[in-house]
Amino acid sequence: MEIVCPAGTPAALRAAVKAGAHTIYCGFADETNARNFPGLNFDREEMREGIAFAHQHGSKVLIAINTFPRAGSEAIWHRAVSDAESCGADAVILADIGLLDYAARNHPGLRRHLSVQAAAANADVVNFYASEFGVKRVVLPRVLSVPEIAAINADTEVETEVFVFGGLCVMAEGRCSLSSYATGRSPNMNGVCSPASHVEYHDEGGVLDAKLGGYTIHRVGKEESAPYPTLCKGCFTAGGKEGHLFEDPVSLNAEKLIPQLDKAGVTALKIEGRQRSRSYVAQVVKNFRAAVDALDAGLPMPEGMLARLSEGGAMTTGAYKKTWR
Amino acid sequence: MTQPALSIPQLPPLAARALRRLPLTPLSFSLTAYARRIAKHHPGLFRRLGEFDHTRFVIDPTDLPFVIEMQPNGGQPKIKVVRGSGQGEARIAGPLAGLLGLVHGAYDGDALFFSRDLVIEGDTSAALALRNAIDDAELDLSAEVAQISGPLAAPLQKALSFIENRTGVSLSRQDELEVW
Repeated sequence: MEIVCPAGTPAALRAAVKAGAHTIYCGFADETNARNFPGLNFDREEMREGIAFAHQHGSKVLIAINTFPRAGSEAIWHRAVSDAESCGADAVILADIGLLDYAARNHPGLRRHLSVQAAAANADVVNFYASEFGVKRVVLPRVLSVPEIAAINADTEVETEVFVFGGLCVMAEGRCSLSSYATGRSPNMNGVCSPASHVEYHDEGGVLDAKLGGYTIHRVGKEESAPYPTLCKGCFTAGGKEGHLFEDPVSLNAEKLIPQLDKAGVTALKIEGRQRSRSYVAQVVKNFRAAVDALDAGLPMPEGMLARLSEGGAMTTGAYKKTWR
Repeated sequence: MTQPALSIPQLPPLAARALRRLPLTPLSFSLTAYARRIAKHHPGLFRRLGEFDHTRFVIDPTDLPFVIEMQPNGGQPKIKVVRGSGQGEARIAGPLAGLLGLVHGAYDGDALFFSRDLVIEGDTSAALALRNAIDDAELDLSAEVAQISGPLAAPLQKALSFIENRTGVSLSRQDELEVW
């Protein structure tokens, strides 16, 4: 199986390559990618150099251009596709149907992957993207169980890629506007969910308040892990009860499900975390590369040591095992 | 499943008390000169800060008796070491060893933050931009010190390496594959 790793900076890309990543995904430093965070991403020259470095070491690079273009500003997204091809990208990861059409017509030689932001969650829609826009691979949303993934693979020739580690988005990706209600900005349009510009932390005697757009989303005690204030993982009070309405602040770790995902026909395993450090990228890649190498060699899965890298210090297998309430 | 936090070395209280007598003005001048040298070698760090390249940061090593006010100043950084809480738009606080480990790629910033070893206050965007820019710069503070130490470079590096091994504090750039 192929390991697809994040890189938010050129240093992280090099770390991923050295750690054994088969493929690295990254984005340009603008609103065309869904991780448009301060201090992250690549200018055109950095992208060209990064791709050359990866290719020299036998790794591929995918460029995520996976936000939805604004009417009247399509040129920004069109230029990104064109620059991805001229930089030597092995594929672009797209979400918007108009941009897919543009890329298919104007850059037919540039391989197209469907972003998770397109929320393609059944074989019919996957096959539609393949037949109409020549999509070769689809990144499946993080709301499917392993049997559901197997069912999709049974009905399509398109390669599938699934998330196995990192931040866990529990919503219909590309359709979720929760972040907009508190901040006016969303991953779909601006490339940021719960943008840092709207995040504030206040530590009073060890009690940490995490606010988003002025709203307190979490309040945790001295011994508790610090959360990032996203609405879908917020702690709310309703009907006299306090709890996490949608999901706890946990991260996905499906390393133990790799053999089942392999049997389900999955082509590639995706690691989330373009906003994380080069140290994180190297460690996660090293662990997952060891796991898929063990799988290929018919050896047992190595035990992981990745939990401390996770949000909230806690992990889940998410929807793959459907143990959610 | 939940895992325990990382163990980050703390400066012994005795050493922290000794540092209270340190004259801060010459220390500020020295650190400014040192930061400008780093800026010259790593211009990309300041480019990556983008709109935050004039933000005033407070770096608060919580086990030291002072804080560091740092202004990137568009690539001409200014450092001022002060007692008290310092003034700035963004504050990053944590044990000295944690902050040095972040610079050298020994720790992941988010992991330190989730485990409460690192506290961010004020402008979160600016703090993230600084963290990301430093992570990309692949700095090695020991190597930078050695380069300005002339004939003392070799023994100095040996001493720093000894301290690093004895204390577990990351004083030089780490191989990402070997840490954790």
